[in-house]
Amino acid sequence: MQKFDKLTAVAAPLPIINVDTDMIIPARFLKTIKRTGLGKSLFYTLRFDENGNEREDFVLNKTAYKNAEILVAGDNFGCGSSREHAPWALEDFGIRCVISSSFADIFYNNSFKNGILLIKLPQEDVDKLMEGAERGSNSTITVDLDAQKVTGPDGDVIEFDIDPYKKHCLLNGLDDIGLTMQKEGKIHAFEERLKVTQPWA
Amino acid sequence: MNGPTTLYDKIWESHLVDARDDGTCLLYIDRHLVHEVTSPQAFEGLRNTKRSVRRPDLTLAVADHNVPTSDRSIGIEDEESRIQIETLDQNCADFGVELYDMHDIRQGICHVIGPEQGFTLPGTTMVCGDSHTATHGAFGCLAFGIGTSEVEHVLATQTMIQTKAKNMRVTVEGELPVGVTAKDMILAIIGEIGTAGGTGCVVEFAGEAVRSLSVEGRMTMCNMTIEAGARAGLIAPDEKTFEYLKGRPKSPKGFTWEASVECWKTLKTDNDASFDIEVTLQGGDIIPQVTWGTSPEDVLPITERVPHPADETDPNRRNKMERSLEYMGLEPGLPLKEIRIDRMFIGSCTNSRIEDLRAAAQVADGRKVADHVSAMVVPGSGLVKEQAEQEGLDKVFIEAGFDWREPGCSMCLGMNADKLEPGERSASTSNRNFEGRQGPGGRTHLLSPAMAAAAAIKGYLTDVRDLGVD
Repeated sequence: MQKFDKLTAVAAPLPIINVDTDMIIPARFLKTIKRTGLGKSLFYTLRFDENGNEREDFVLNKTAYKNAEILVAGDNFGCGSSREHAPWALEDFGIRCVISSSFADIFYNNSFKNGILLIKLPQEDVDKLMEGAERGSNSTITVDLDAQKVTGPDGDVIEFDIDPYKKHCLLNGLDDIGLTMQKEGKIHAFEERLKVTQPWA
Repeated sequence: MNGPTTLYDKIWESHLVDARDDGTCLLYIDRHLVHEVTSPQAFEGLRNTKRSVRRPDLTLAVADHNVPTSDRSIGIEDEESRIQIETLDQNCADFGVELYDMHDIRQGICHVIGPEQGFTLPGTTMVCGDSHTATHGAFGCLAFGIGTSEVEHVLATQTMIQTKAKNMRVTVEGELPVGVTAKDMILAIIGEIGTAGGTGCVVEFAGEAVRSLSVEGRMTMCNMTIEAGARAGLIAPDEKTFEYLKGRPKSPKGFTWEASVECWKTLKTDNDASFDIEVTLQGGDIIPQVTWGTSPEDVLPITERVPHPADETDPNRRNKMERSLEYMGLEPGLPLKEIRIDRMFIGSCTNSRIEDLRAAAQVADGRKVADHVSAMVVPGSGLVKEQAEQEGLDKVFIEAGFDWREPGCSMCLGMNADKLEPGERSASTSNRNFEGRQGPGGRTHLLSPAMAAAAAIKGYLTDVRDLGVD
């Protein structure tokens, strides 16, 4: 997994609430057995018209936001299905961080397993960053995971909370399967206990 | 844990393998359902790291999202769908996982076949790379939808890393009126608490209206817990649950069955346990529901009208409402009963079980689908289809002009050939009305199976109670 420590980048505003995973990547693009190359389908319906041409009015199609690596989004971002194709598509497109007032649980977990930092902030802070993001390519946002700080385009610093385990894995790019496998002894002991207490399970 | 605890607390505690000081826990997983869309990259990960499936005996795979619901003897025309299903076949063979392929009578939607086979059991933990895994909570099974990295983690270790969720309880008191179903109840709940109302929570459903539901009705409710943003839904098991599971192929047998039932009887929230969030609804107030927008929370009783964005005070919500109405091609103020539909879909992990088909068939019996409507019925599994045919439901549907199809996820998400054309409007028993969910540009109204059948017959969204069916 890609590490995440510090990022200074253009932030694209996406002030839509309940952006669902079908919006992030429609189901017809899930017919793949790979996790790469999904960036081209990111926000497909919002980005492209019926003929496959870019919609000029969609934020990520605007020149100022072509290099955006941060999204500032409306409440409840990532709701809906469990498809990890959503963070795969974001990551492949080049988005490394999303800031919102809330995220759906499964999407939240999936993102951290793919080197994407999701930052949950109070609505008034999201509104402030949204306003900053709307100013285009000259206003960048800096995210410092270690310090747990977001610096807006005007230099305002906002602190954020994050689960310490997720932070540790993201800062170090750790594969948690390897970490769990080190607990094989405990897993085996649990299974032995279960055989006695709940043999049907 | 000291003091009174909730059902969720009990299952959580009994599955803890390890707990770190920071709250990160390792939870043992008793059952893992695998399907073709969210598993190929997980198996690829195992191969790349030379890992194996730790407990193939606790893992069950089925092809559901991509399978055609038309004649299967000709195979799958769409190359990408075919490759995804062939990849599942190969992965299951290579890693020793039991698979119901698309020619197996037991094949069906993963959340239908789990309970049907007795793979889903009370007091266990279950995961699947699909958000509607919440369905299995109807059995008092703690069931989570997970992403592909977590699928790989569970395949390799039979555990998952989680922090404990909050406890939420939704109580529906009293009785449901005639013509009001589990689907109406869960839609009304989502309308009440919102699509993020359960975020960070495990929701236990309680109250007389919930207890009165059949096991299949409870599955419909728990299935849509994810549409309220919750990690899982739970209903305490009872005699109905045990009766449903008894004798299923993978249910415990003989002496073990007796012992398991004794244990399952203890699976309930203590009387004085406290919840972080409590919500109460009156069952008697619920009217058949339909959605008008592009989120399951955009829901109203069928007797209402399309809402006015001007009445919404929150600017973000007003913007979303305007966007939804534009997408749905609806004018504010239009009575919901005047919305004309083009298509009807009965199916999905929410409503494709035998009771759903019976309810729809009761409405369809002796009637005809409106001339301008194309209606399809997709049973949840091969066994549901077989039972429906034994009961003659297929004939009722066919005579009324419904298309009777093979089992799978079908037009719930349009990964196979079943999808809406741009601008087409559907009455659907599925679970999501997101933009493009049933096909690019397609417009979805969610409702119960009886309401869907009524809409197909009238050609408009309809109050099933007006048809005089109980």
